[in-house]
Amino acid sequence: MDKKGRFFSGLVCRECGRKYPPAAIHVCEYDFGPLEVAYDYEKIAKAVSREKLAARPETMWRFRELLPVAGDPTVGEQVGYTPLVKCDRLARALGAKTVYVKNDTVNYPTLSFKDRVVSVALSRAREMGFHVVACASTGNLANSVAANAAAAGLKSYVLIPADLEAGKVLGSLIFGTNVVAITGAYDQVNRLCSEIANKYGWGFVNVNLRPYYAEGSKSMGFEMVEQLGWRFPDNVVVPMASGSLLTKIHKSFNELVKVGLMKEPRALVKIHGAQASGCSPISTAFKEGKDFYKPVQHPRTIAKSLAIGTPADGYYAIQAVKQTDGGCEDVSDEEIVEGIRLLASTEGIFSETAGGVTVACAKKLVQTGKIGKHESVVLCITGHGLKTQEAVTGKCGQPRIISPKLSEFEKIYEEDFGKS
Amino acid sequence: MPVKVRIPTPLRKLTKEKDIVELNGASDIGDLIESLEKNYPGIKERLVDEKGEVRRFINVFINDEDIRFLENKKTSLKDGDEVSIVPAIAGG
Repeated sequence: MDKKGRFFSGLVCRECGRKYPPAAIHVCEYDFGPLEVAYDYEKIAKAVSREKLAARPETMWRFRELLPVAGDPTVGEQVGYTPLVKCDRLARALGAKTVYVKNDTVNYPTLSFKDRVVSVALSRAREMGFHVVACASTGNLANSVAANAAAAGLKSYVLIPADLEAGKVLGSLIFGTNVVAITGAYDQVNRLCSEIANKYGWGFVNVNLRPYYAEGSKSMGFEMVEQLGWRFPDNVVVPMASGSLLTKIHKSFNELVKVGLMKEPRALVKIHGAQASGCSPISTAFKEGKDFYKPVQHPRTIAKSLAIGTPADGYYAIQAVKQTDGGCEDVSDEEIVEGIRLLASTEGIFSETAGGVTVACAKKLVQTGKIGKHESVVLCITGHGLKTQEAVTGKCGQPRIISPKLSEFEKIYEEDFGKS
Repeated sequence: MPVKVRIPTPLRKLTKEKDIVELNGASDIGDLIESLEKNYPGIKERLVDEKGEVRRFINVFINDEDIRFLENKKTSLKDGDEVSIVPAIAGG
């Protein structure tokens, strides 16, 4: 811990290792490599233990030494520690032995894993004195920035593609944020944001606050290991948009070893990436044995939250999958809907389209033997289905309408069970 | 009419804090990078790697189109074009 109480000293370029102060900057001036937070792991190792963590409230902040906020978090103190659900019925359907869902459909306050990254980004933004926060988003991030900014009394702007699902648009507007919808794909929203990010002195959570923001995703990995009784799963399946969540879950496992919370010499978890076939630059590159992806100009998938054609962390995601002997898969829109329905009908969990991608890809990974039949697997389910109702509307039946008469209900009973 | 180039924040120390610079006579993106280097020494090695390719974390756009969907460094330029140099940014 330095004199300000921090467990991190600054930022460092992931490509060349050049050091930078812990400011609102995100790329190296020399090679444009992403900047990452530099922690003092020895000091963290001395400060944490399983017992100490167990005594803290059940939120993502019980891992606060490994999250880049100098003081106590001031935004989203209640975020995280979502249920890890053992899914025996889903396991049977997938043909796997032990399946868990890390259920971020019920994350607080906006029902997606983005609440994790936003609580770090906005807590850090306040420490750095920002009064206006903003983001480029495919929906979930916008919802979370809008809600958490409202609760923190910060002014916010969220920039989204104009064709997002109604639930995701309303899910931002309700918080009184400024929603700017851009005609074009997410990558064009992104480009505009990087051009305006530094123009007005705003804290842009996934631009100039990115090094802090992205670290919040690690908490999903920390939590699942603790919830498994301080055991690593054999496999984890992670949906990929920019690839950031996957790389941070990989990092979280390695950090648990580094700071001594896990005693193994290294984390042996196969990390698998899941994409929609209509926008699969990362899984396509992986399958072709390439290190770098070819951007997708016109994403076409119902999984809009994953529709990023130029994934910033695609290169590192491929590396993480390779290093851990994982795999990548991608699935069609029909398979995504099937995945959503399977998770809902076997486990009672209503996921957004990205979860359908994860479930459907997990099925393929089991079928191809990439996930062994006797191994354990955690599926990262990252957002709630009520946000993307368009994807399944009309695809899960209709209510049968009757008048309030016993005779009419009896007809339904007979249809379903035969004459009593 | 010259070509307009939008300079991202990390490179503005080299352009004396200018966020837009104008250059004449560049025929394609490769040529433009050489021309930037003549005017703002040191900028080329920030933009291209040791093999001469645009660095992997940089996106270059001509009038809103990513040059990887065009002809990369050989994408030709005409007067009045707007070129944006944009660092890759995280998802959302």
